[in-house]
Amino acid sequence: MPNYISKMFGASPVAPMQEHMETCFKAARELVALFEHAIDGEWDKAVESRQRIVELEQEADELKKQIRGQLPKSLFMPVPREDLLNLLWAQDQIANKARDVSGLVIGRRMKIPIRLRQDFLNYVSRNADAAKKARKSVRELDELYETGFRGAEADFVEALVEELDQIENDTDEMQAKVREELFAIEKDLPPVDVMFLYRVIELTGEVGDMAERIGRRLELLLSH
Amino acid sequence: MENALIYMALAAVFGLFMAWGIGANDVANAMATSIGSRAITVKQALLVAGIFEFSGAVLAGGEVTSTIRKGIIDASSLGPTPELLVYGMLAALLSAGLWLLIASQRGWPVSTTHSIVGAIIGFAIVGIGVDSVQWGKVASIVGSWVASPLIAGIFAFLIFNSVQWLILSRPDPLERARRYVPFYIFLAVFMLSLVTMFKGLKHVGLELDVLECYIIAVACGIVVAVIGRFFIMRIQPNRKAEKRFSYFTVERVFAVLMVVTACAMAFAHGSNDVANAIGPVAAVISIAQEGALTQESPVSIWILLFGGLGIVIGLATFGRHVIATVGSKITHLTPSRGFAAELAAATTIVVASGTGIPISTTHTLVGAVLGVGMARGISAIDLGVVGRIFLSWFITIPAGAILAIIFFYILKLSFG
Repeated sequence: MPNYISKMFGASPVAPMQEHMETCFKAARELVALFEHAIDGEWDKAVESRQRIVELEQEADELKKQIRGQLPKSLFMPVPREDLLNLLWAQDQIANKARDVSGLVIGRRMKIPIRLRQDFLNYVSRNADAAKKARKSVRELDELYETGFRGAEADFVEALVEELDQIENDTDEMQAKVREELFAIEKDLPPVDVMFLYRVIELTGEVGDMAERIGRRLELLLSH
Repeated sequence: MENALIYMALAAVFGLFMAWGIGANDVANAMATSIGSRAITVKQALLVAGIFEFSGAVLAGGEVTSTIRKGIIDASSLGPTPELLVYGMLAALLSAGLWLLIASQRGWPVSTTHSIVGAIIGFAIVGIGVDSVQWGKVASIVGSWVASPLIAGIFAFLIFNSVQWLILSRPDPLERARRYVPFYIFLAVFMLSLVTMFKGLKHVGLELDVLECYIIAVACGIVVAVIGRFFIMRIQPNRKAEKRFSYFTVERVFAVLMVVTACAMAFAHGSNDVANAIGPVAAVISIAQEGALTQESPVSIWILLFGGLGIVIGLATFGRHVIATVGSKITHLTPSRGFAAELAAATTIVVASGTGIPISTTHTLVGAVLGVGMARGISAIDLGVVGRIFLSWFITIPAGAILAIIFFYILKLSFG
């Protein structure tokens, strides 16, 4: 005889959401490695990094589909389904942006001008930091469910999100600086390269933007 | 009475089969939350269920058995043909048993209580007459089928909110869990023993006055709470597991509490559901022995023992398999949730048992789980399944009734 009490529980989305975030963060982290290799001119290794990012992005996509599939509208959850799906979307975007940036860099064998290199690397890894902090926040999701999204645990996540905002602010400032430096030397570089450099700078910044958006979504979950 | 022995033997066989079915299938619903939250193992669940189902049935099952036996049908309307009631009660057992068999094979969520009550009403209307049904009593029973999940839900909501407020939302949840969980243990034991003593012990031949009941209930609560506290204090924080999930040790404290509420749930289930199997048996036996269904005589302790035994046999033969299957499926109900649902459901059921109202254990537990869900305690509840569970009794009552009418005429023809 099938048991009805056990049937009434839907699969919890928490663990898969965390796994998805883990995968997306790995993609962002690999992006730092990719730029290091590209700057050193080690294109074989850079291509390998690109390959890993593509694989991670695909893995994240699979997880995303699986999570969406297990969240039918008939589920009654402590947080609105829409908010959870929006959080999932933001997480997924981190992997997507990492894939886009890596594609541009590898496809064009892009060279970062020497004067930009250090600031550029710092900028990329700060964006990865933002993704890391987003991961740390999402890792608290099971604790948030445990406490019913309130009390000391909610305050803790709130603080994490604040730190995440700080890091994202840093990336904004660093982006402005890198752009400024590029602007100063852009006349001496091939115009098409410059165009794509601006594009890469912008896309890389979106990794941080998406991490910040994860923070916003988490705050929304807390506010219900 | 002619054929008295045959009637009694048939009633015993059908009743035993029904009790066996309740033990084999239905208990899993009651125990599922405990095993699912890993508070107890399958072996422990079987042991706990066996002991507490049995004592629930014997100590607190009398009132509901009374209701099934003589509360739904007005026996005075039978007049010179008490055999009709014998056929009817046997038919009710057969139809409820058959309906449960069909439903469980099809995977329909049906309640033993709903099918037996539906069956009794069914044969009474057709076989004896519409006036023979005590409609006032039936209305209160049906009303309680709506009220019991609701009340359990509200209870569970309040209990889980108190857990959040006292323990989970605090910066030092482990210390607070250690401090407050014994109080919840006390509450569970106190409620259960109080209701049992108020209503149940007459059947065992013990008469206590109100004050004595309260004193004993408080004493029982304190004793179990102190034992529980001993186990709680022995739990060492598991730092490694806490790195992955910081409430790991807190949940282990709640697991101690959940052992208590699992016992409570088994007790409550035994106290209410044993009547579904042996209420009709009790009716048949008193008619067969005395020629009429007397309103005065209480349910004999032997019949309660018989029912409790049937449940335990069902549990021992098939329960292990069912409980193991169920337990592996529920993984997202941690002890802090499971206990709240079980405490709320068990309290509601035991109070109903004390008042003699047959309610659905499963529905009550579902209501309690929803209550925890309303307090943002459960990550995902499938409302589609919940809807099907609650809707099932709209089909079960007429189905039980129609089958009972068929069996009634078959029995009437073969004996009459």
